[in-house]
Amino acid sequence: MSHISPVLWQFLTNWMKASPLFPPEASTIAPYADALYLFLVVITIIGLVLVGALVVGFSVRYRKERSPEATQIEGSTLLEATWTLIPLGLFLIAFVWGALLYFRIYNPPTNAMQVYVVGKQWMWKAEHPGGQHEINALHIPIGRPVQVTLISQDVFHSFSVPDFRVKREAIPGRYTTVWFEATQPGRYHIFCTQYCGTEHSGMIGWVTAMTPDAYAAWAAGSTSGASLAQNGERLFASLGCNACHSGDPAARGPNLAGVYDSRIRLQDGTTAVADDAYLRDAILNPSQHVPAGYAPIMPTYQGQINEDGMIDLVEYIKSLHSNFRVQQTLNTTQLSSTQTNGATPSAAAGVKP
Amino acid sequence: MSSANTIVQLPDQSTAQLPRKHYLNQELGLKSWLLTGDHKRIAMLYLFSITFFFFIGGAFASLIRLQLLTPGSDLLAPDTYNKVFSMHGIVMIFLFLVPSVPATLGNFLIPIMIGAKDLAFPKINLLSWYLFVAGGLFILAAMILGGVDTGWTFTTPLSTHYLNTHVVTAALGIFIAGFASILTGLNFIVTIHRMRAPGMTWFRLPLFVWGHYAASILMVLGTPVLAITLVLVALERTIGIGVFDPTKGGDPLLFQHLFWFYSHPAVYIMILPGMAVISEVISTFSRKRIFGYTAVAFSSVAIAIFGFFVWEHHMFIMGVSNYSALVFSLLTMLVAVPSAIKIFNWSATLYKGSITFETPMLYAFGFLGLFTIGGLTGVFLGSMGMDVHLTETYFIVAHFHFVMVGGMLMAYLAGMHFWWPKITGRMYPEAISKLAAVVTFIGFIFTFFPQFILGYLGMPRRYASYPPEFQVLNVLSTAGASILAVGYLLPMLYMPWSLKYGKIAGNNPWQATGLEWQITSPPLTENFVETPIVDHEAYDYEWLANQTEHEVKTVG
Repeated sequence: MSHISPVLWQFLTNWMKASPLFPPEASTIAPYADALYLFLVVITIIGLVLVGALVVGFSVRYRKERSPEATQIEGSTLLEATWTLIPLGLFLIAFVWGALLYFRIYNPPTNAMQVYVVGKQWMWKAEHPGGQHEINALHIPIGRPVQVTLISQDVFHSFSVPDFRVKREAIPGRYTTVWFEATQPGRYHIFCTQYCGTEHSGMIGWVTAMTPDAYAAWAAGSTSGASLAQNGERLFASLGCNACHSGDPAARGPNLAGVYDSRIRLQDGTTAVADDAYLRDAILNPSQHVPAGYAPIMPTYQGQINEDGMIDLVEYIKSLHSNFRVQQTLNTTQLSSTQTNGATPSAAAGVKP
Repeated sequence: MSSANTIVQLPDQSTAQLPRKHYLNQELGLKSWLLTGDHKRIAMLYLFSITFFFFIGGAFASLIRLQLLTPGSDLLAPDTYNKVFSMHGIVMIFLFLVPSVPATLGNFLIPIMIGAKDLAFPKINLLSWYLFVAGGLFILAAMILGGVDTGWTFTTPLSTHYLNTHVVTAALGIFIAGFASILTGLNFIVTIHRMRAPGMTWFRLPLFVWGHYAASILMVLGTPVLAITLVLVALERTIGIGVFDPTKGGDPLLFQHLFWFYSHPAVYIMILPGMAVISEVISTFSRKRIFGYTAVAFSSVAIAIFGFFVWEHHMFIMGVSNYSALVFSLLTMLVAVPSAIKIFNWSATLYKGSITFETPMLYAFGFLGLFTIGGLTGVFLGSMGMDVHLTETYFIVAHFHFVMVGGMLMAYLAGMHFWWPKITGRMYPEAISKLAAVVTFIGFIFTFFPQFILGYLGMPRRYASYPPEFQVLNVLSTAGASILAVGYLLPMLYMPWSLKYGKIAGNNPWQATGLEWQITSPPLTENFVETPIVDHEAYDYEWLANQTEHEVKTVG
């Protein structure tokens, strides 16, 4: 439409942005969503005007005073075909358009920055790989795609940022993802939109979108000192994972170096891709994920690690690119267990009491 | 295209008389009602019970709107508010909308419309009312003992592990009431198949019967899935079987699949009987055969069939596979088409009619407008990418209230007014009921239209308190709701009034063609003195005109 009349287009978009009837467009997805919305609104208005005109027009023209005789009409195949095919065509346009938008919203670009968000009654906990932890807040840079990996620690929640036109359910026991790229610095509401109990309406947070420089300054000033992978490393050691996953070819557990995103052949002959969900599930439900050539001896860690800890572990395994890192973990633990005998490792924060 | 002209004159009501004996005075006393096998009396029992539940659900709705007048939790604590909207949904859906038209008007009219003396299984019909009441009592008990705050959707694991309210009691109530629905559906299906009068072929059935037939299929096939889902929720809650619990290897999404496998078709269980009413009303008051009878009949069946294969559109944001979402979105678009076909056929029926505007017709016009908006906003939600932004907000609340309240409740009131003379033998007062129809329409628009805008702005549903920027539209909505309440209270006053003071209606006050209008008002217990033989199509106004002439001749 901007080709047809740039002036009209500009007028329309400016009016929309200023109107209290539309939320601000603050992400790269928002204009696409609003375009589809306008299309659907126009279809609705056309449909309503058409039905209204038919009903009101016929009611006036064929009211009993003017039309004392009714003329019986059987029907018309041509008309039936018309009002079957035209709505069908319009609905199919809405389908294709909606599908394109859906795939845009749920297929993150490969270069997206990663953030984890854990939903729990009744707060959002955001964790950045650099070790910044936030509650009911999420700081992001503008102009850079951000992929949010969501999980819930208890019931269904739903992560919704209306000004970005994105939303994704946070589900217990399952990772889901959504991405967005903020275009304007500012503060935007995060709502929990899935009813989750008493304080459902209090589960509101803010996305703070910042210029890249401001974001870098914030990230440097807010880190807890240890990245998620470092937390995961400590957790890995304190849970004793490295006793079997030592990276040694003769070890009882498989070598985890480079395992992330690789294809794994399982004992039952199937193969699986070791993505975030697979790694999480393999820790909680190991008997279902025994790699070919290994004995099903790993105990379950169900109920021992909370979702934050799971994210740390997964981040740690993701960061293991070579066997050297695994060996190093092994050495550090041996070192620390000999040095600080009996002292609680700080990573126990991730372990459920 | 065959055509013929018909002039229909409304009969002179000044000489009309009530029949000496009819179904209401055949037997007297409470026992004769509670043990009746008469489908018309059972319909009346249902009418009383669902009206009771409608006003309970309505009281909860008023509390919701009052709470949302201000951004803070000023009237109700969050926990109380959660209970209030849960009970509103549970009562309105399971105890009012699902049985509304089928159990009252359907029960009363289907046997008469097809020329039968009763439903196929009169005792099962009575049993279904008792089951409904028992289910209703369980839900009332849950309410009185302290309420339930799961929302009507019973989402796990919230409902199974995190709430300390009367979830099992309420679920049990819905479980029992569900069997009432199954038995009613079964009864209708068997009756329509086996009990039609001689000459009443499938394509001579009034569209009211077609609509109920389609809805009955949904009731019989869909409700058992809800029943087993609620049993699983109760077992998970009481003994922790873990089907939906991820920590035990269960899958909470499985609950969503099972629940919506019933609850999406349930929307069609609610709306199809409403559409059935609209066909009768529009034909009668435009004195014309419904345009494209077969298209309207088959569109009901198409809705019933496609309705079973769209449930996942409630789960587009829940991490289902993108490609399965694609399939369900496409099917959702297909299910929208039969509704569009119906709307256009009803509009076309008016063409070259001889239209009058009695109260049922006004409600039917209200239905056409509001259902068109409700239906088309459903396309927004079926369109996957748009659904991401709109789902779980007030947009979806507005959408289903346009369909359920704007569509279904308008149709229910149209039907109640339309058949009131047949049911009671007396007319409702015309002027005030027209006012009620207009007030309802205006109140409805003001209540629910602002919620579309709220939804696009992002206001989530089921919020006890909300950010202050949403207040203006919420105040508008609450103001509209108070108008709407007046619209619903008016019939509650003048309908009972008309039982005693209404004008006597006569057999066929609207000069409608259905078999129910050819018998006395109120009907005899056995409906027909002798089994009618049907030799004409539905909505045959020429046949009706000839009948009247014939009668005049014999009397003269």
